[in-house]
Amino acid sequence: MNVTKILDAKGLACPMPIVKTKKAMKEVESGETLEIHATDQGAKSDLTAWAKSSGHELLEHDEEDGVFKFWIQKG
Amino acid sequence: MAIKEISVKDLAVKALQKEELFLLDVRTEDAFQDWKIESENFTYLNIPYFDLLDGVEEIEDQLPKDKDIVVACAKGGSSQMVTEMLDDAGFTNVYSLEGGMKAWSEHLMPVKVSDLTDGGELYQFVRIGKGCLSYMVVSNGEAAIIDSTRKTDVYVNFAEQMGVKIKHVFDTHLHADHISGGRTIAQQTGAAYWLPPKDAEEVTFDYQPLQDGEKVTIGNTTIDIHALYSPGHTIGSTSFVVDDQYLMTGDILFIDSIGRPDLAGKADDWVMDLRETLYKRYKDLSDELIVLPAHFMIMDELNEDGTVAEKLGVLFEKNHGLNIEDKDEFRKMVTENLPPQPNAYQEIRETNMGKIDPEEEEQREMEIGPNRCAVR
Repeated sequence: MNVTKILDAKGLACPMPIVKTKKAMKEVESGETLEIHATDQGAKSDLTAWAKSSGHELLEHDEEDGVFKFWIQKG
Repeated sequence: MAIKEISVKDLAVKALQKEELFLLDVRTEDAFQDWKIESENFTYLNIPYFDLLDGVEEIEDQLPKDKDIVVACAKGGSSQMVTEMLDDAGFTNVYSLEGGMKAWSEHLMPVKVSDLTDGGELYQFVRIGKGCLSYMVVSNGEAAIIDSTRKTDVYVNFAEQMGVKIKHVFDTHLHADHISGGRTIAQQTGAAYWLPPKDAEEVTFDYQPLQDGEKVTIGNTTIDIHALYSPGHTIGSTSFVVDDQYLMTGDILFIDSIGRPDLAGKADDWVMDLRETLYKRYKDLSDELIVLPAHFMIMDELNEDGTVAEKLGVLFEKNHGLNIEDKDEFRKMVTENLPPQPNAYQEIRETNMGKIDPEEEEQREMEIGPNRCAVR
């Protein structure tokens, strides 16, 4: 996957992972992909719903050793 | 600027007293639809916090100025942010729910049900957010706990305040909707932990087997807890008759619904056990017994004083699940079109069997959402 930018949101609790993601999203172009790392349990449902409501696409997500990874393509 | 917060304890009181309140739930739409804070006079608005990051202008005209607004989220962080934004926008009547829905799910309120024979007392612990009910029977310096939740310190501290020693801890069945605190309390206090053996075939720890007809005495002033085998929700489900006055039905019979037989995977096998228990075993008991269930599903099931209790005779009159003449219709009702199963119910069962031992944070996540143990 062609990742333009990686955001480390590990250790952050709600609402910070989304606040940071939203900010980082402004720094990539439409069609480019942002990779996000988070440890907050709520991040998955929130990022999924957020991406949908802001017109981005959640391409894939993964969990490894307690770290959730998300790949979101900017809409 | 410091924002105002409201504790789950204070919010629970407002919910029970049916106060008017505006609840701004900033979780996702799915989470809100699935499970929320219920009360008759609460009004709701659900806008996810991530739709408010750029400002609250868009929702300002939907918020009341003349009543209190409580902002709720999953854990209490996002609601703080939104509360601060509203505060900045000039709303002085806004409170952030401390600890969010997680804290709401865990909050336990002890309510006294009644005095018992010879100075004993009976308390119901209402877990308002999740609809779980547990009990403490107290008599002459001793206590027994039935269907305890995961927040064991609440029971242990309560017993300490009452100056009583916890001697017996019971689970009416192997729970699928919440993690039992029974084993932990027993370990901490040296109490005996009782489980129905038919539900405990796979458990990894020692327990006292609850048998039909077993009598356990609390205190010197004999308050008998009489075990009554009542399969249906699980094959081992056991009810208790306390002090010849109270019938603890576990997840077999609720105030406005009955237990579902499918959470341990054997709906078809257990349907007739459930019917036999409800329509025969319970029918043979005194109508005057007061039913104390392990759950409630809707706020209407709560009495004025905050307890959940009703005479067995009244339930036989009014509870739809006890009034289905036709066996096939009954089978259909309890096996078809069932509500979704409780969140993570398989993992919860495995935790209660001692097969897995998740971290506390994970246990909290597993328990999120309503209990969903009933069919109406």
